[in-house]
Amino acid sequence: MTRYILTRLSSLLISLVIASIVIFGLIEIIPGDPAAFMLGINAQEDTIDALRAELGLDASPIARYFAWVSGMVTGDFGTSYTYRTPVTEMIAERLWISLPLALIALALSTLIAFPVGILAASKRGSITDTVIMGFTQLGVAIPNFWFAMLMVLVFAINLRWFSAGGFPGWDDGLFAGLKALTLPAISLALPQASILARVMRSALIDTLDEDFMRTARAKGLTQRQAIRRHALRNAMIPVLTIIGLQFSFLLAGAIIIENVFFLPGLGRLIFQAISQRDLIVVESVVMLLVFAVIVVNFAVDIAYALVDPRLRRKA
Amino acid sequence: MTLLRIENLSLKIRGIPILNDISMSLDEGRVLGVIGESGSGKSMTAFSILQLLPKGSTTTGRLCVDGLDTLEASEEDLCKMRGNDVSIVFQEPMTALNPLKNIGQQVAESILIHEPNTKRSDALERAQEALQRCELPASRFPTTLYPHELSGGQRQRVVIALAIALRPKLLIADEPTTALDVTTQAEILGLLKRLVEEDGMGLLLISHDLAVVADMADDIVIMKDGQIVESGAAASIFQELKHPYTRALYEASSHVPERTQQSARRPLLTVRDVVRDYQLPRRSLFSAPEHFRAVDHVSFEVFKGESVGLVGESGCGKSTLTRAILGLEQIQEGEVFLNGTVIQHGKQMKHSLRRQMQAVFQDPYGSFNPRHHVGRLISEPLHLLGEAMTTIDKQETIAAALRAVGLTSDDQYKYIHEFSGGQRQRIAIARALIVEPELILLDEATSALDVSIRAQILDLLADLATTRGLTYLFISHDLSVVRSITDRVLVMSAGKIVEEGATNDVFERPRHAYTKELIAASPTLP
Amino acid sequence: MKTYQNIVLGALLSGIFMVAAIVSFVWIPYDIESLNIAERMRPPTMVHPLGTDHFGRDILSMVMVGARTSIAVALVAVGIGMGLGVPLGLAAAAQKGSLLDEIIGRGNDLVFAFPSLLIAILITATFGPSALNAIIAIGIFNVPVFARLTRGSALSLWKREFIMAAQVSGKNTVRISVEHILPNLSNLLIVQGTIQFSLAILAEAALSYVGLGAQPPTPSWGRMLADSQTMISLAPHLALAPGLAIVFTVLGLNLLGDGLRDVFDPRLRRERT
Repeated sequence: MTRYILTRLSSLLISLVIASIVIFGLIEIIPGDPAAFMLGINAQEDTIDALRAELGLDASPIARYFAWVSGMVTGDFGTSYTYRTPVTEMIAERLWISLPLALIALALSTLIAFPVGILAASKRGSITDTVIMGFTQLGVAIPNFWFAMLMVLVFAINLRWFSAGGFPGWDDGLFAGLKALTLPAISLALPQASILARVMRSALIDTLDEDFMRTARAKGLTQRQAIRRHALRNAMIPVLTIIGLQFSFLLAGAIIIENVFFLPGLGRLIFQAISQRDLIVVESVVMLLVFAVIVVNFAVDIAYALVDPRLRRKA
Repeated sequence: MTLLRIENLSLKIRGIPILNDISMSLDEGRVLGVIGESGSGKSMTAFSILQLLPKGSTTTGRLCVDGLDTLEASEEDLCKMRGNDVSIVFQEPMTALNPLKNIGQQVAESILIHEPNTKRSDALERAQEALQRCELPASRFPTTLYPHELSGGQRQRVVIALAIALRPKLLIADEPTTALDVTTQAEILGLLKRLVEEDGMGLLLISHDLAVVADMADDIVIMKDGQIVESGAAASIFQELKHPYTRALYEASSHVPERTQQSARRPLLTVRDVVRDYQLPRRSLFSAPEHFRAVDHVSFEVFKGESVGLVGESGCGKSTLTRAILGLEQIQEGEVFLNGTVIQHGKQMKHSLRRQMQAVFQDPYGSFNPRHHVGRLISEPLHLLGEAMTTIDKQETIAAALRAVGLTSDDQYKYIHEFSGGQRQRIAIARALIVEPELILLDEATSALDVSIRAQILDLLADLATTRGLTYLFISHDLSVVRSITDRVLVMSAGKIVEEGATNDVFERPRHAYTKELIAASPTLP
Repeated sequence: MKTYQNIVLGALLSGIFMVAAIVSFVWIPYDIESLNIAERMRPPTMVHPLGTDHFGRDILSMVMVGARTSIAVALVAVGIGMGLGVPLGLAAAAQKGSLLDEIIGRGNDLVFAFPSLLIAILITATFGPSALNAIIAIGIFNVPVFARLTRGSALSLWKREFIMAAQVSGKNTVRISVEHILPNLSNLLIVQGTIQFSLAILAEAALSYVGLGAQPPTPSWGRMLADSQTMISLAPHLALAPGLAIVFTVLGLNLLGDGLRDVFDPRLRRERT
């Protein structure tokens, strides 16, 4: 087990290093002179020089890369050019919206998908199965931001149960914050839940056809007992893969959904930064998101080993 | 007392008749052998007893297990019966156990289901005893082991342990040793025999292998196409061979094709000191990778016109050696010569050399690209001849190859799924023949076939060898096949050739301990 | 039976929009380049079956031209994914365990860490937003999908005896990959291609919704939804047409993909007979 974790950990580190090189290269090397890029076409030569000095762009790319990375490791993401505030602070503030949103959506999606997928699989071919599969087919096809718009139309504009957007801040109490995140989380979760339910169903059906299920039935277990004791854990292996992938989709989705609901999260931050050409913010937020995705995939790998003894063999 | 009584059982699955008017009975402490080729319905008979049939099955007749008519019984009663009064051991031990639960949990589960008041620790203790009875001593096989840490034979012992944990009255064994090596098979059969004697169980032993059943059974039922062809006491069935199908089966099982091969003293294939090492994954980042030696300094020769057998159990290195001879595998030491020319491993072989050696593989279903028609499949090696052929010449060559293996020239326009297993193996032989090679490697070429088909293919091979002066290297785990068709035999174990000699000498007077064990373990027909 | 229903329904649903996209090159009901403020935000009528937008443009015409953008971007992106991913996967499988295999595997893992949205953000930050940007972002993300699928399935094919038979027939690795491996993967690739196509339509819509895809005045479904958002309480029909266009196209492609998989998958076929 320790060896397994160590190999996964080393591959996590390698992925992080390569990702940081790619991001740094795309943002700071390929455009040529970031200072000129950030200031736009009409900038004066001396303003550009001043910014270049301020950002330390006179140093060699390699030195700048290491400065950037070592800054991030110590929690210093640099200073935003447009806002003149430390990027770390800006990110920390907005992370408190984006992260809860993604996590609530992930929890919702899993809580919906598991029972629905299991029900459909154990009643394979029945009316229940057909209806569930029809709904998930539709759920997979609906773009989450459009679904969000429809929810705003119905629940905020017509029924007035929720506000159409904005975020009161966590200082107004947990309930107010959660209420503001409810519609965004549901619109993020439902399409993902549809995908996950379909995966759960097909993974479970595959497992039901395995030889060991026949052994379980031959021991005297009822079909229901056999599914609960033997099939579910085996079906979890492909499901875990999808949950891992979904986290990165949810993060990306959260960025878009924040736009629908005017939530001041990382998504709004990054689009503002793009339109203001604030490269330092863009590169930090992207790196942070990639970091999150890689860490989640590492967690999924560990979860595999917890489920599957074949991965944690000592030899 | 009668334990199992089946009367006029018929089974249809989605309207297709599978079993037709089956009757048999089994008493406590007796062994009933059910013999049949694939598709005879023997496994479905077993699933009918437990009522674990596929969806859409309809059964008629009577099926009584210890007084309970399982065709009429409620699902609740059936669950009480399964694993408690009647247990089953399946063919495929590699997949019959849940990979995510340890063996103790899986055996203990059998006990806990039927005796829910048992304490978990007591159940585990009894599981340990059951494993012990199946010759998995606690010292070497703690209950915390997972299935992937055990070999096929050991897993089959676990499956048997969970079947007999509650000392059922009836044990069904559905091809319990078909997936296992012959020495392991002998051990498992011995184990089953002992358990039957100790517990006074009835055993329903299902197998395609006459010899396996003949060794074990008191009574025998022979099935074909969902019907019972013949039944009776084991001794009389084999002595009298009344029914023509029984006789055909018996003869096919011990079939020796007629051969008049002329062997010259000219070595065609020379394997000299070949070593194949596999690198194992590193144990830690810093330790040097370890090696597994699959083939360990193997040397032998095959002479022109000879038929040589290479026998060994799974994992002995014979498949690796086969691939190495075919030039498909890197080797670390040694050389392989074909007709005096060295084979360069890991490189594309010269066409003129490649055409002298062809191969026929085991799986009649997996060895053809399903998307090509037969003509294209068997003409695949033709480009080795190096000369451009006209379409007409090519068709004529293909037709000739098909006729040589007993098929018609029109078969070249069909697709492979239109052929049966035996026909496919004929097509595989046609593909090997088409470039008129001198040497053909037969890698378990008859192992996947039913005995009657196998006898026909062996006859075909013997015939081709006589008419075309072919040389064969027969790679197989099946001693009876090797014995029937080879002049000389090589016995391989743990990467080494441990014994070599004329086939009859080796089988009559084995010298090496491993060969002796192998021959003693092979079941024989009375 | 149900399978063929799926295929027919799926092909019809997605086909309508493909046809609409092609027709839009030669004919659309109204010109969409000129604005007609007098006719703005009209609900659906006989004259404008789907109504008009905030500039008075005919929404049916916009949806038709938008189909062109969405489908073209998605098609080219999946083409890039397949064109690069499949050969990479074949090469990795043919040389399993080699350095090449290792590099391709690592590259795949890395790209999976960048959802297509993040790739689009990075490219936009560097080169500015455009439809090409969306194509590259979605295309890059599709490469590892096809590379992984191809490698995995090709590896199991390499273990099959018919490949060994081809090797004994003297075929080299490249010829075996092209003649034996690829044709046996084609069903799988068609199915996955259909599904990736539908995912790419969704991704394109999301990117143009946040302004990282096709730029105005080129209409695209995602862009139309973004424009309609501020007016959703006044004119909900603006959001309905492009949204339903996306849903129907994606739904159609998914039904088609599932139906094809059921037809191609020999395991399911065996169950039916």
